[in-house]
Amino acid sequence: MAQILTVVVGVILIVFIGWWFFGKHSESQATAVTTKDGQTAKVVVNGGFNPAVLKIKKDTPVKLVFNRKDSTTCLEKVVFPDFGVDAELPMNQDVAIPIDTSKAGEFEYSCGMHMFHGKIVIK
Amino acid sequence: MSVMKRFIIGVIGSVPLLINMFMSFGGSMLGGEKYGVWILFAFGSLVYWFAGLPFLHTAIVSFKNHHANMDTLVGLGTTIAYIYSIYAMFTRPAGTYFEAVAVVITLILLGSVFEEKMKSSASSAVDKLMDLQAKEAEVLRDGEFVKLPIDQVVEGDVVRVKPGEKVAVDGEIVEGQSTLDESMVTGESMPVEKGPGDAVIGATLNNTGSFTFKVTKVGSETMLSNIAEMVRQAQNSRAPIQKTVDTISNIFVPIVLMIAILTYVVWYAFLGATPVTALIFAVSVMIIACPCALGIATPTALMVGTGRSAKLGILIKNGEVLEATHTIKTVVMDKTGTVTVGKPQVTDIVSTGKFEEAEILSIASGLEGASEHPLALAVLNEAKAKSVVPLQAENFEAISGKGVQAVIDGKQAFIGNDKLADDFNMTTDLKNKMTKLQAQAKTVVLVGYDGQIIALIGIQDAPKPTSKAAIKAMQKAGFRTVMLTGDNKLVATAIAEEIGIDEVIADVMPGDKAQHIKELEEKAPVAFVGDGINDAPALSTATVGIAMGSGSDIAIESGDIVLVKNDLMDVVTALVMARKTYSRILLNLFWAFIYNVVGIPIAAGIFYALGFILSPELAGLAMALSSITVVISSLLLNYVRLPKENKLASN
Repeated sequence: MAQILTVVVGVILIVFIGWWFFGKHSESQATAVTTKDGQTAKVVVNGGFNPAVLKIKKDTPVKLVFNRKDSTTCLEKVVFPDFGVDAELPMNQDVAIPIDTSKAGEFEYSCGMHMFHGKIVIK
Repeated sequence: MSVMKRFIIGVIGSVPLLINMFMSFGGSMLGGEKYGVWILFAFGSLVYWFAGLPFLHTAIVSFKNHHANMDTLVGLGTTIAYIYSIYAMFTRPAGTYFEAVAVVITLILLGSVFEEKMKSSASSAVDKLMDLQAKEAEVLRDGEFVKLPIDQVVEGDVVRVKPGEKVAVDGEIVEGQSTLDESMVTGESMPVEKGPGDAVIGATLNNTGSFTFKVTKVGSETMLSNIAEMVRQAQNSRAPIQKTVDTISNIFVPIVLMIAILTYVVWYAFLGATPVTALIFAVSVMIIACPCALGIATPTALMVGTGRSAKLGILIKNGEVLEATHTIKTVVMDKTGTVTVGKPQVTDIVSTGKFEEAEILSIASGLEGASEHPLALAVLNEAKAKSVVPLQAENFEAISGKGVQAVIDGKQAFIGNDKLADDFNMTTDLKNKMTKLQAQAKTVVLVGYDGQIIALIGIQDAPKPTSKAAIKAMQKAGFRTVMLTGDNKLVATAIAEEIGIDEVIADVMPGDKAQHIKELEEKAPVAFVGDGINDAPALSTATVGIAMGSGSDIAIESGDIVLVKNDLMDVVTALVMARKTYSRILLNLFWAFIYNVVGIPIAAGIFYALGFILSPELAGLAMALSSITVVISSLLLNYVRLPKENKLASN
């Protein structure tokens, strides 16, 4: 009996993992807020970058404000390979990163170990 | 808490647990039968709660975001083992796994400590570069030289540099002569002689003489700052292969979780193992499959590779270039300034026998003294190089379209092109020699004295001293070499033959260079080496554009690889270094994968029947080793052999 139960629970767990990680889930999205000095957007770093996708207007200077609430060493840094940015993110501190908005496109960024990913969309 | 602190806590907690493990082989237990298990619990908990908990925390937040990563595996694996051990503590005290929890956490943290150490040492390459800069400079202000901090120096200032001092910023020598050690910026190990009008680079070391220079660039504009910025960008860039790796590690962890569950189910439900045995197999699978070696395989190799290249004066702009370079089959070179020195030089002096070489040069340079013609400059430079003093000449008179004549020591002397041969008698022997020089694509200048031709001077834009060896090294490394030039076929072929280039494309209009590159690209990926403004289109058309030396800013902008020095040998070094770095990335990925491919089935217990199993501790050790292997493999890039080992920049 215990064996049969184990098989059933095991199969349910496997299916759940497949659905949870590989199924289609909407990514958290947000749009940068326009202020009189340009645009700003807050990104909370906690088990990933939130929001994962950030929309930014083209040709308006933008500052991305990162705040790390996660102690994982992996998330100690944020790297934008397309912009040559490699910034330290101290715990619970706002770190403002200006991004060049003159080129439109989708740019991925990641943590220092390329484990967590975020994306900015400049339009 | 920093990784280092967590690691130290891990060690403090793991050591007694390990001692206990060895003692238990002898049948005894730390603290005796009665309290032993509580000691294990205390140390195991210390490590789990203080060093290991962040793994679980990240695992949970990532889980909410539909992400899974190495923290998921470590966090889940150690938590399961810890909770089970507490349960076992009360039911069957001998069967706890506190030491496994502690050792796994500690070893994985050890891997992270290594990673952090190497990353900071690799990125410190940039800081070290900036440290080369002088802190202050002696600047001319109100007629006096005063010491000022470097940030107060502005463009146009005149700065004095004494022997043994560093040049503070970029500029141009106004007065004085000296030799400078530029190795820290260009990688060139030989000191370079400089005089008025020559450019000096900030952070280079003045050896012998004193000089003053006018500041042309300060702050972030200087060559050193530009190099540092380029290196920084390259180290943070990403090789396209990283994207594939990311995709793989994203699906990898959930699959491992599935395998772990499957392992448990199969052992417990089908093979009749106890729940404990099945659980330990599942935990081992989770621990060994941590993909952190996978995560660092590419970035660490990229950092070390670009960092070492920079020390050699080779700036690789990003990871994309690195990946593109390993496909290169053909190296196309511009001729003037790239293969050759870029200005005419005296290559031969053929005397009729009446005069010594030095005498000929002193007459020739006396005649050319007033001229600014490139050929005249070649003669004057040669005289200067051989320390020959030009003779005083007067009553200059042009021989229309042929040359110039003047009076030296009361006698008529002349110098000019081969048309002068019609006006004077030449021996057949001399005529033959002239034809021979011309066949080698050299320009022949005739020198006469007292109504007679006394010598022939052969002038050519000669190949750089290292060019021949560089071409040879390129061919040895498996590249086809092509020279692309606007010069006529005769000149181009002569040079190509001299240094052994495989193919020549001559008579190319400057605007057509890019077109030719495009045609060559159709056969095989091409690297183009050039330095001029007119090379910029070709540099961007080629798969890999290599901008040479003190070339124009636009060429440097268009190049994918920038060579600080003007040496063709560095092209080979750059290509080989890029190739080695890329293959190191592949090797790292291979190691990172093989650990998992081999490790997971063993951890799942498929060799159980043979008595060969992997306990969670051993799985943790294997995991840490895979990270360390990758880090060491990347660091070894610092020691791979290159075609020519330039002296590493000091510091």
